[in-house]
Amino acid sequence: MFKYLKQLTSFVAMVAVLFVFSTETMAAKKSKTLKNTQKKGFVRCGVSQGLPGFSNADAAGNWTGVDVDVCRAVAAAVLGDANKVKFTPLSAKERFTALTSGEIDILSRNTTWTLSRDADIGLTFVGVNFYDGQGFMVRKSSGITSVDQFKNGISACTNIGTTTELNMRDFFNSRGISYEPVAFEKADEVVAAYDAGRCDTYTTDKSGLAAQRTKMKNPDEHIVLPETISKEPLGPVVRQGDSVWEDIVRWSLNTMIEAEEYGITSSNADSMKTSDNPQIKRLVGAEGEMGAAFGLDNEWNLRIIKQVGNYGESYKRNIADTGILPDRGPNELWTKGGILYVPPSR
Amino acid sequence: MNFKLKDLGPQLITVIAVVLVFGFFTYNAQVNMESRGIDFGYGFLSQESSFDVQFSLIEYDGSHSYFRAYLVGLLNTILVSVIGIILATILGVIVGIARLSPNYLINKFAAFYVEFFRNIPLLLQIFFWYFAALRALPLPQDAEPMLGIFFLTIKGLYVPAFIWQNFNIFFYSILAAIIAIIVIRIHAKKLQETQGKQTPVLLISIGLILILPLLSFLIGGVGLSFEVPVLKQLATTSFIYEGGVSLPPELIALALSLSLYTATFIAECVRAGIQGVGKGQKEAAASIGLTPNQVLKLVVMPQALRIIIPPTTNQYLNLTKNSSLAAAIAYPDLVLVFAGTALMQTGKAIEIVSITMFTYLSLSISISILMNWYNKKIAITEK
Repeated sequence: MFKYLKQLTSFVAMVAVLFVFSTETMAAKKSKTLKNTQKKGFVRCGVSQGLPGFSNADAAGNWTGVDVDVCRAVAAAVLGDANKVKFTPLSAKERFTALTSGEIDILSRNTTWTLSRDADIGLTFVGVNFYDGQGFMVRKSSGITSVDQFKNGISACTNIGTTTELNMRDFFNSRGISYEPVAFEKADEVVAAYDAGRCDTYTTDKSGLAAQRTKMKNPDEHIVLPETISKEPLGPVVRQGDSVWEDIVRWSLNTMIEAEEYGITSSNADSMKTSDNPQIKRLVGAEGEMGAAFGLDNEWNLRIIKQVGNYGESYKRNIADTGILPDRGPNELWTKGGILYVPPSR
Repeated sequence: MNFKLKDLGPQLITVIAVVLVFGFFTYNAQVNMESRGIDFGYGFLSQESSFDVQFSLIEYDGSHSYFRAYLVGLLNTILVSVIGIILATILGVIVGIARLSPNYLINKFAAFYVEFFRNIPLLLQIFFWYFAALRALPLPQDAEPMLGIFFLTIKGLYVPAFIWQNFNIFFYSILAAIIAIIVIRIHAKKLQETQGKQTPVLLISIGLILILPLLSFLIGGVGLSFEVPVLKQLATTSFIYEGGVSLPPELIALALSLSLYTATFIAECVRAGIQGVGKGQKEAAASIGLTPNQVLKLVVMPQALRIIIPPTTNQYLNLTKNSSLAAAIAYPDLVLVFAGTALMQTGKAIEIVSITMFTYLSLSISISILMNWYNKKIAITEK
């Protein structure tokens, strides 16, 4: 009898140990990045070294911009406070290495989603927070009003380590124009060199041109040509291999865009809890179990909307009101003639 | 036996430690890359690079491979290093000697130059020369020709291109002149050792190097014409020069700042070398009737070079490595083209950085070996 009891206890103990281990590993499987982030108490976010409207630090070190807001949304969702973000400014060259090596957990740095980046280098793009396209800036005095007027021998200033260099080659090659690429490591030097007259044109994403134009000695002397030579869908990126974290970032962004679609803003979010529309109620955590799958509580999306605002608010605050690109163009909701369309939160 | 063990023990421990440390890092990198889904491999080098480079010594465009892009960057690095080393050496020697000049003004000016340029960070100097030059230089349409054929503009220095006829004959004539000079030098040395006769080697050398190529023009059928750059309008206010050879302002600014900076250190090496030769040596040489020129050539310089060469080698190495700051001002060197754009487009960080590091290591070691060989050659053989 005693003998069996001993066996029984060891069996129970074994089961207990197995159970503890399995729950432990299951939790770990959920999201290592989420667990680490909650343990650290801040979201580690890679941003640009200063691009007005997207990610730019003021004199006091406060970061603002639509790219910054994506990280703030994630912080609001997983930590409950949109300010618990540690921003790491990165050059175009450093950004992917910083992400894959684990120095940051989200890269939200006006980064173009391309096949090779998504497939090759251990990254996963989670969505698009700005639809952009490459354009050209020229001096007004040059009399150039269209890329059709570009001639052989034109010199073009740009950044290294971006899709810009590749698009530029495709563009000039397809038109049979010989050109001189002058590629700098940092955007500030590109602007300075172009402004000094080193180059006839400055090429990068159109939003970037609009933002950098504000930094020129005399912004009115320059114009952005109407043509767009490439598709540049910019969006946040995460490391491959943590699909739950990937989902959290993706749906934090989607929540912001969908909130605008349903007219939920940072000021009315709380009152929307009693809305008659179940879709709105799901977006403010008043219906369904929308956080459980991520390992979050039910009001994660409400916090995003309350603390960061919806996409429209973020755009207005960072890009429209600062005079960079008052016209939303393709970055308008699909219901209003743009191409912003996200899957439903349900 | 015991003695051997005591000898080998520390060495063995060192080897094991080094292997373990390297092994750990390699293994760690492998595991991390595996878990993050990053492939390792050098296969990308043969892929099409699909980006263009501003300035290249070999034929290159985006349809060539990444390996070709690597060569472009490497050659550009070597080009700016060689130009920098030559200019820095010339300037360094002049300033070094000037610092010893009894002329108060020359002496103080040289001292000021050295103290000023060696105490400002190089990157700042590069930015200064680049952006100062960009601000100060005229636009192509406003440029005044220098000597009627050179144009220094914000978009670069445009110089006439040489168009040769029968260039090979000209080349052979130079080669013949050089061989003749070497033969004469050897002969002159023998003559001096056996009969004590002095031959004016320098004069003969200059004569040969001038006369032989001249003959190739007169009777060898060599022809030379110049293609002078011509202004071309691209748009109302944008112009370039076409034809001729253009040197980008990035190259000029980089070579200038590298040589101005490094020349200060070389100047100090030269000064140290000359001052390191005892005063008694010069007086003794003068007392046996050598002329001041002979004193410098036969007594002071051979001893001074011994002191000058090793630290100057360091400066050459520094200059080569410092040329990697080119990335800041868009000069397409190895770091900008390969460790910059190519790294970005492929995402092969470990591979590309390792190749780049190995390349700089090889460059530095080559310079080092060359200078050590030269040092050995000129070293005084003690009798």
